[in-house]
Amino acid sequence: MSWIDRLRRRVTRSQPWRAIFRVGVPTDDRKRALAVLGNVVLHLHPIKVKRSGIRLSYTWCMGGTAFFLFLVLTVTGILLMFYYRPTVEHAYADIVDLREVAAFGVLRELHRWGAHAMVIAVWLHMFRVFMTGSYKPPREFNWNVGVVLLVLTLLLSFTGYLLPWDQLAIWAVTVGSNMASATPFLGHEGPGSELLSLGGTPLIHVGSDARFALIGGRTIAGGTLNRFYVLHCLAIPFIAAWLIAVHFWRVRKDGGISGPM
Amino acid sequence: MDSIKGLIDLAASPPVAFTLSIVVFFTLFRSRWPWTRGGGLTMLGVGVAGLVFGLSDDELRRRVAEPDNLPIVGLVFVVGFFVWLAMSKAWANDEATERGDPTLEESERDDRVLTWPDLVFVELIAAILLTVALVVWSLLVPAPLEGPANPALAPNPSKAPWYFVGLQELLVYFDPWLAGVVIPGLIVFGLLAIPYMDRNPRGNGYYTFRERRPEILLFLFGFLVLWCQLIVVGTFVRGPNWSFYGPFESWEPARVAGTATISLSEALWVRLLGVGLPGSWLLRELPGLLVVGLWFVGLPVLALRSPWLREQRERLGRVRFHTVVFLVAVMGLLPLKMYARWLFHLQDIVHLPELLLSL
Ligand code: HEM
Repeated sequence: MSWIDRLRRRVTRSQPWRAIFRVGVPTDDRKRALAVLGNVVLHLHPIKVKRSGIRLSYTWCMGGTAFFLFLVLTVTGILLMFYYRPTVEHAYADIVDLREVAAFGVLRELHRWGAHAMVIAVWLHMFRVFMTGSYKPPREFNWNVGVVLLVLTLLLSFTGYLLPWDQLAIWAVTVGSNMASATPFLGHEGPGSELLSLGGTPLIHVGSDARFALIGGRTIAGGTLNRFYVLHCLAIPFIAAWLIAVHFWRVRKDGGISGPM
Repeated sequence: MDSIKGLIDLAASPPVAFTLSIVVFFTLFRSRWPWTRGGGLTMLGVGVAGLVFGLSDDELRRRVAEPDNLPIVGLVFVVGFFVWLAMSKAWANDEATERGDPTLEESERDDRVLTWPDLVFVELIAAILLTVALVVWSLLVPAPLEGPANPALAPNPSKAPWYFVGLQELLVYFDPWLAGVVIPGLIVFGLLAIPYMDRNPRGNGYYTFRERRPEILLFLFGFLVLWCQLIVVGTFVRGPNWSFYGPFESWEPARVAGTATISLSEALWVRLLGVGLPGSWLLRELPGLLVVGLWFVGLPVLALRSPWLREQRERLGRVRFHTVVFLVAVMGLLPLKMYARWLFHLQDIVHLPELLLSL
């Protein structure tokens, strides 16, 4: 027995190792099943899956890609948060520093390109689900969860767009958030907003309408930056993570990846 | 060379390009050939040749190579590939069914494999490949960063993030309350409602085109022609003042914002009848309100003369059927208003500044 084998046996038979990896390298079907059952991440999967369901040409692995990108964005996003301060004073300079000074100078790139890719992956995933008719009973509700995830993905991307606080950022967000002032009834330039008044005093004006609520002020300023930062780093990811868990749970409860009934 | 570019610039103008895209859409989905290997490779060849030709032009190369525009070039090819993949699988299955053979998915319906190793390792490999791709992309293309934010200096054009540029493009034809709020809201509502509107039990869990033709055509028309195309238009052929610039045209000197437009009431009362606008807004906008009413009520009534649609109403029930009809009518409003604008410079069918409402 070579010393490598001896060392490996030593390690894999030690108490800590066996405490972590209960079954060892699974070599027979029973152990393979146990490996999936005993691991919290793998346990998202059933023990056996339809062959056609895991064909790359069936699912395109697009839901999986969207999820993987969500994880990449979470990790790179947390690392970015170590450097970035969401204030008008610091935001832009911190972004410049991220490129020029910080170690792993591609963090921002990974996060931005990952976000673009995730938007495309989610669209394609929806398209695949549509083309295989996988929204039909019993998966109607999971399609609905998916649509909400699609909206959240776009909102995540949109709120993140503001954070570099450069010209691209504030003007893109200006264009986007100006729409909110045209919301029927609730935007100050929206149809019907003048109808909402109390004894002659309008209820909906620049300082109280939907756009004001979205950007936290009358113009895009420090308040907006803070609001978008909290939405982007905390509120939306939290809801999205929760819904992704529901989504996966439902994939299994609805009988796994779809196939002919 | 320049004459080809001139021709492309002409073809890229919204009226021509939009009309072409509708023709191409229905031609492609009527035929079998595009969804064969040869058809796919031909379309890919055309796409790549177009890209190479486009990149040979300095002006267009600058626009395409803008870091935030790259995903849209990618989008065109990636969406194209997956539409081809889905359609070719659907056709293959349909042909199998026609021969009396099972579809690919059907032939494997009872075939189950162990998650470990068959799925877990595929996931691992996919994760590694994706990581490599993302790292390479990140090393090659720096994330964009312009000058520090300056609320007093609006760039011209100011563009929304690329996935909302299609909606921004709609602002050319619709008031903000429609383009920015109601239409996006209805898109989300329509998507949510799909499983409840589509009661066709076939095509659940396998690719097929023949068994779901109308559903697939409707969805893809929305996704490809109305959603993806408007993003490409908004990104590549809209310049300063949101005017149209051909792919090979310079943005300088900037063109003035669009041509003068006219509302339906003005066209009718002033231009046609020569009597001037009536004082009462109800009378003034009555023709426009009638047009809109006809579109949303008259069209369904007219459509129900078709036996096929009557059969659909029986099958779906009234609520489902009229929800579908309403959503299709909203979808149809897009081309309707686009053509009204291009052909007659007509902007508002109903123009009611009194209520901040125009349509
Ligand atoms: C953050 C976004 C999303 C993530 C991470 C995600 C993830 C996943 C994953 C991993 C699967 C397993 C099968 C596969 O990979 O295709 C799946 C299935 C499914 N997804 Fe999503 N998804 C997302 C968004 C959506 C959207 C936008 C829709 C539709 C509007 C949707 C509807 C569904 C449905 C109906 C299934 C079951 C499909 C089947 O059984 O064949 N999901 N999703």
